[in-house]
Amino acid sequence: MSKEKFSSRRKFLLTTARAAGLAGIGALVWSSMLEESTASSLILRPPGALPEKDFLKTCIKCGLCVSACPYDTLKLAAPGDHKPMGTPFFDARDIPCYMCTDIPCVPVCPTGALDEQSVSTDGELDINLSRMGVAVIDSSACVAFWGIQCDACHRACPLIDEAIIIEYDKNERTGKHAFLTPVVVNDVCTGCGMCEHACITEKAAITIIPRDVVLGHAGSHYVKGWDKKDEARIKDATGATTHTELSKQSALDSLNDDSELY
Amino acid sequence: MKYLISRRITQITVMALYVAANVWGLKILEGNLSSSVLLGTVPLSDPYAVLQMCVAGSVITTDVLIGAVIIALFYGVVGGRMFCSWVCPINMVTDAANWLRRKLGISHVQKRVYMSRNLRLWILAMSLVLSFAMGLTAFELVSPISMLHRGLVFGMGFGFSAILIIFFFDLFVHENGWCGYVCPLGGFYSLVGKFSLIRVKHNVDNCTECMKCKVVCPEKEVLHMVAKHSATVTMGACTNCARCIEVCDDDALNFSIRNFIDKK
Ligand code: SF4
Ligand code: SF4
Ligand code: SF4
Ligand code: SF4
Repeated sequence: MSKEKFSSRRKFLLTTARAAGLAGIGALVWSSMLEESTASSLILRPPGALPEKDFLKTCIKCGLCVSACPYDTLKLAAPGDHKPMGTPFFDARDIPCYMCTDIPCVPVCPTGALDEQSVSTDGELDINLSRMGVAVIDSSACVAFWGIQCDACHRACPLIDEAIIIEYDKNERTGKHAFLTPVVVNDVCTGCGMCEHACITEKAAITIIPRDVVLGHAGSHYVKGWDKKDEARIKDATGATTHTELSKQSALDSLNDDSELY
Repeated sequence: MKYLISRRITQITVMALYVAANVWGLKILEGNLSSSVLLGTVPLSDPYAVLQMCVAGSVITTDVLIGAVIIALFYGVVGGRMFCSWVCPINMVTDAANWLRRKLGISHVQKRVYMSRNLRLWILAMSLVLSFAMGLTAFELVSPISMLHRGLVFGMGFGFSAILIIFFFDLFVHENGWCGYVCPLGGFYSLVGKFSLIRVKHNVDNCTECMKCKVVCPEKEVLHMVAKHSATVTMGACTNCARCIEVCDDDALNFSIRNFIDKK
């Protein structure tokens, strides 16, 4: 066998198998690198950014948005930032988005990864439509929840009394003071991060998190019966009535029968 | 030397213009090599990046498409891999590695590691398959070329390590390893430049068979005609770096305009 020359057919098969194997290794290593580099979901994008999945395949990583930002808010992820390489992001605690009314960062984007439509109404740019993230308050670290007066985030918010409101409550501990606590209105908050930047605690008690990471969704089968608009959704609903048969066993039997506990 | 100097001037000027645009707002050439705006109006985009975006399923805007077509046409005419030796900043890294390799004589002590020149085309194909399968721009997210040109303009991070890997790979593992065998962007441009017009031409009558040109050429295969017969270098892999022209003391190599009609 060892002396025998390989037939050309066998040679061909072996070469093909080897090439396929090498390609397989390459593809596996490469795709795991890609998985790894795009795994981080806690990343704040510039105003008007497409949903993360589309953003990743559309942004060409030119940095034109970064150059356009007058406040140096935006950065391109470099190796070591642990973010998809070359894509623009910002760190709100460091420099938040200052909500330029002319949104210079968006129209310069050549690829549409920053979508002008999503931040305009009737062709007019409106930065308040941007949804870069949503502010989330850690009520155990926020000193306002301790009863200490601080509304730094509230005053920093460009949508004061719309995106952050202040709620009042009695302070039972002292009996004569009030709690003035900030509450974020999720639908209105743009995620600009000025609140996080302004927060006075050592590590910010209000943090911007990408909306799809933190916001829930109740599902369409819950209807707010007290809300005329919401109730209109079930105006034409048809449905079947279901009947569940009553158990014939006595109540005592079911209490003594422990089989369903395990 | 004049070609080497002009290459370095072009490479450095392009990068300097990008830096000037980002740092001082000098609006001549903004962005980076992935996509830029020339004089505030003309879009320019990396056609290979745009191709990956296409197969990944992204909606391509007209700006980016026009930019990619301009660049592809430009290199399609002047020589695809002219990008490699005249613009790409990695070229300075690999040239440095290669220079050191020659000075130290590493090629003499090293056993030849076999790699196929076609490897880069396989990597190119794989980048497109992966882009398609994962809905991502597979090479753009790991490209050390972008790490370097983007890093120079927008901040490097740990990008230096990737550049060092390429440097040491070319120095110790394989002569011209990265640009000559691995880089899919180089492979892409060698396809783009298949029919380009500016070409090196060999005149065998002047050739003294010193073979210095084959020593300096990073893509030796393209000079297969040297000392055999007069011909134009037609292989797409030639980077038009003009190293062979500069090293030839006998005027047997020169740039010429490719003649498609009078094929010889
Ligand atoms: S809106 Fe203004 S501050 Fe915010 S990211 Fe864009 S350019 Fe920067
Ligand atoms: S301008 Fe658009 S394509 Fe360029 S880096 Fe910013 S988001 Fe990406
Ligand atoms: S991120 Fe903070 S400052 Fe900005 S809109 Fe939301 S609550 Fe207001
Ligand atoms: S082969 Fe690749 S890295 Fe080398 S010069 Fe060309 S594009 Fe740049």
